[in-house]
Amino acid sequence: MELAKVEGTIVSTAKSEKLLGYKLLLLNLINPDMSSSNNYVVAVDAVGAGEGEVVIVVRGSSARQAEKLTNVPTDSSIVAIVDSVEFKGKVVFRKS
Amino acid sequence: MKLGRIQGKVWATAKDPKLNNCTLYILQPVDEDENPIGMAQVAVDTVSSREGDLVYWVGGAEATFPFPDRQIPSDVTIVGLVDRLDLKKL
Amino acid sequence: MILCKVIGSIVSTIKLDSYRNKKIMLVRPISPDGKFKSGTMVAIDTVRAGEGDTVLVMSEGRSTMDILELKNREPLRSIIVGVVDRIDTISNQLRK
Repeated sequence: MELAKVEGTIVSTAKSEKLLGYKLLLLNLINPDMSSSNNYVVAVDAVGAGEGEVVIVVRGSSARQAEKLTNVPTDSSIVAIVDSVEFKGKVVFRKS
Repeated sequence: MKLGRIQGKVWATAKDPKLNNCTLYILQPVDEDENPIGMAQVAVDTVSSREGDLVYWVGGAEATFPFPDRQIPSDVTIVGLVDRLDLKKL
Repeated sequence: MILCKVIGSIVSTIKLDSYRNKKIMLVRPISPDGKFKSGTMVAIDTVRAGEGDTVLVMSEGRSTMDILELKNREPLRSIIVGVVDRIDTISNQLRK
């Protein structure tokens, strides 16, 4: 899994009907020191995340294992909203 | 499976129910000389490892299989602690 | 899923049966501000995407199987699952 910041919501009218009703969020993958990696991924939300929050994203076939997303076709899922991160002995992030 | 160094910890209250009671660590994949490989990952711990430990981990679909009773949404799962690396320098 | 732009389509006569009667597109990953990134891919289209469209590309075999309603596993992986109309952000700087 990777740490990521939610940057926005994808609006898509023409999408696969199997994805109807699922929130697709644009994520910026971040390093543990909270710097941006400039890598972006679009993920299905399983935990009710919102813009600006730091989340954990699972990729690959493991993304289909989230409890709310069984049998949803996805290759990336948000499985947790991060409260705080400790990195190399320091608290580098705390949810406000 | 690959090597990794645990560099930190992540706390998350709102998470997928299948991840309840799982410890989430910041794991930097490394090679045998401790050079980092790629981005730091968030990993599920299954072997009571601690921060600073050198571990080995499994990725991909196999990362979902650590527990017999349930499959977890993880793509990086720590599966063993390294006590010692015996390397032959070629 | 990742954001990509459709840069072309592929015409091919000799191909595996799995690829018959499918639109085969060439897509290139982009960042949310529209800049091209490396890693051009071949992807099956399911949403009538056209050249120049910003699309969501999923790369996971089992999910592709679900979307195409296949009974058996086939050597198909990357698939276009949505055309992005826009990306909603608080600042709304990241427009399509």
